[in-house]
Amino acid sequence: MTTALMRVRNLDKRFDTIHACRNVSFELHQGEVLGVVGESGSGKTTLLRCLSGEMLPSAGTVEYDVRMRGLTDIAALSEPERRLLRRTDWGIVHQNPRDGLRMNISAGGNVGERLMAVGARHYGEIRGEAVDWLERVELDQDRIDDAPSTFSGGMQQRLQIARNLVSKPRLVFMDEPTGGLDVSVQARLLDLLRGLVRDLHIAAIVVTHDLAVVRLLADRLMVMRRGEVVESGLTDQVLDDPQHAYTQLLVSSVLQP
Amino acid sequence: MTHMIEVTELHKTFTLHTQGGTSIPVFDQLSLAVAPGECVALYGPSGAGKSTLLRSIYANYRPQSGAILIRHGDRTVDILAAAPREVLDIRRHTMGYVSQFLRVIPRIPAVDVVADPLIQTGVASEVAKERAVALLERLRIPASLHQLAPATFSGGEQQRVNIARCFVVDYPILLLDEPTASLDARNRETVIELIGEAKARGAALVGIFHDDEVREAVADRLFEVETYQAAA
Repeated sequence: MTTALMRVRNLDKRFDTIHACRNVSFELHQGEVLGVVGESGSGKTTLLRCLSGEMLPSAGTVEYDVRMRGLTDIAALSEPERRLLRRTDWGIVHQNPRDGLRMNISAGGNVGERLMAVGARHYGEIRGEAVDWLERVELDQDRIDDAPSTFSGGMQQRLQIARNLVSKPRLVFMDEPTGGLDVSVQARLLDLLRGLVRDLHIAAIVVTHDLAVVRLLADRLMVMRRGEVVESGLTDQVLDDPQHAYTQLLVSSVLQP
Repeated sequence: MTHMIEVTELHKTFTLHTQGGTSIPVFDQLSLAVAPGECVALYGPSGAGKSTLLRSIYANYRPQSGAILIRHGDRTVDILAAAPREVLDIRRHTMGYVSQFLRVIPRIPAVDVVADPLIQTGVASEVAKERAVALLERLRIPASLHQLAPATFSGGEQQRVNIARCFVVDYPILLLDEPTASLDARNRETVIELIGEAKARGAALVGIFHDDEVREAVADRLFEVETYQAAA
C-alpha cells in the first residue's frame, strides 16, 4: 500500500457557539475521488475550507504529501507555502465561478496565469496550452481573448475547471461544482469532470448535496450531519445500502425523474 | 483456497430507520462456495434474498456478519473487510456484475460505455473499442447505434449494452442478475453462449435466471437462498 496523499485526523472546527466539524478523520490516496454529502449547514463546506488551508482547524490535523517533504501538517506551513500549494499542487473549483476566475482578464489569461505560477514563461507555449485546455473543456477557442464576464454560467464553470487543471494538480477541491447550472449543462460538466479526473489520475474531494453527482463522480462517500461524519464507504454501498438513519432519509428523499 | 468465491455464515438484515426501525431479516448462516468453471444459479421465490446475496458478494450491500472470500490474483481477500480501494481493485480486475438495469451515463456513446471497463484494466483504448464493437455486434446492436448514448435505447438494447460491458473483460468471477430478462430468443441464445465461453475459460459464475430454459442451459447446480432464511 502506498502512503496517503492526504491524511486527516480528528479534525474539529468551532466558531463561537457553533461546532461546525466534529472529529473528522479519513485518508485520501492518489487518484481517489471522495464525495462529501449532507444538507446545508452540515459542515461540509467548512470541512473543505479546513482541508484546503483556507481555514485552520480548531483541533486535529490535516496532513498533505508535500513534494520532496512527504506528509506534512498544513497548519505548520507558512501562509506563502500554503498559497503556493493552492496555486500549483491543488486546484479549487468554487461553486460560483466568479470566486475562482478573474472576471476582467481574458479566458486565455485565466488559464495562463496558473501556468505562470508553476514557472511557465514562454508566451507561445502558454497560449498553446491555453487553447488546448479550452478545447478539452469544450470551449470555443475563438473565445480565448474574451473576458469570462461575457460567458454563460456553464462556460464560466468549464473555464474555471480548465484554469484549475492546467497546472496538473494532484488534488482538486470542488464545492458544489454543478450547483446553479441547468440540468443539461450539469450532465455535460459531470462527464467532462469524470473524464478529466480519471485520465489525469487526479484525487478530488467533492462537496455537494446532490447524490446523483457523487454517484457519477465519487469512488467513496462521507455523509455529514451536524458536523459529524455519520456514515462512509464506497459510494454505491452508501447509496444502495445506507445504514444510518440520516443517510436512509437522504437517499429516500431524492425525487426519481 | 481452491474456490473462487467462498461465502461463510453470512447474515444480512435491513433496518429501515425511516419506517419506525422496521427490521427485515434476509438470510442467516448462509454458506456457499463456487469453483472455477462452475455456474451456480440462485433459486427461489422473489423476496428470498437472491439479489441481496449477489449484491453482497459484489460488496454493494453490507452484510452484518460472516465473510466473503474472493480469490483476487494470487491472494484471497475478504471483501467485507477490504478497504474501499481494494474493493474497487477487485471489481476492476476480478469481478464483473450484470445488473438488471443499465445505469446510464449521460452523453457517453454505447461503444465507450462498453469499452470503459476494459480500458480500466489497462488495455489500450483502440483495442478495447474494437472488442466492444465486436461484442455489440454479436449481441445485435446495430452499428448505427454504437456512437449514440444508450439513454434513448429500448430496454432490451440497454440490457445488451449492460451485458457487453461486463463480458468485455475476461473476469475470473461473474455475477449475473437476470441477464436475459428482457431479451428475445436469439439474444438469449447469445448470452447462453457467452456464459458457456466464460465457464470454459475457468470463470466462476453466480447468477439469477428466471428463465427456466436459460437456467437449465448454463447452471451446474442450484442454490436455494430460502433455506437460509433468517428468523424474523
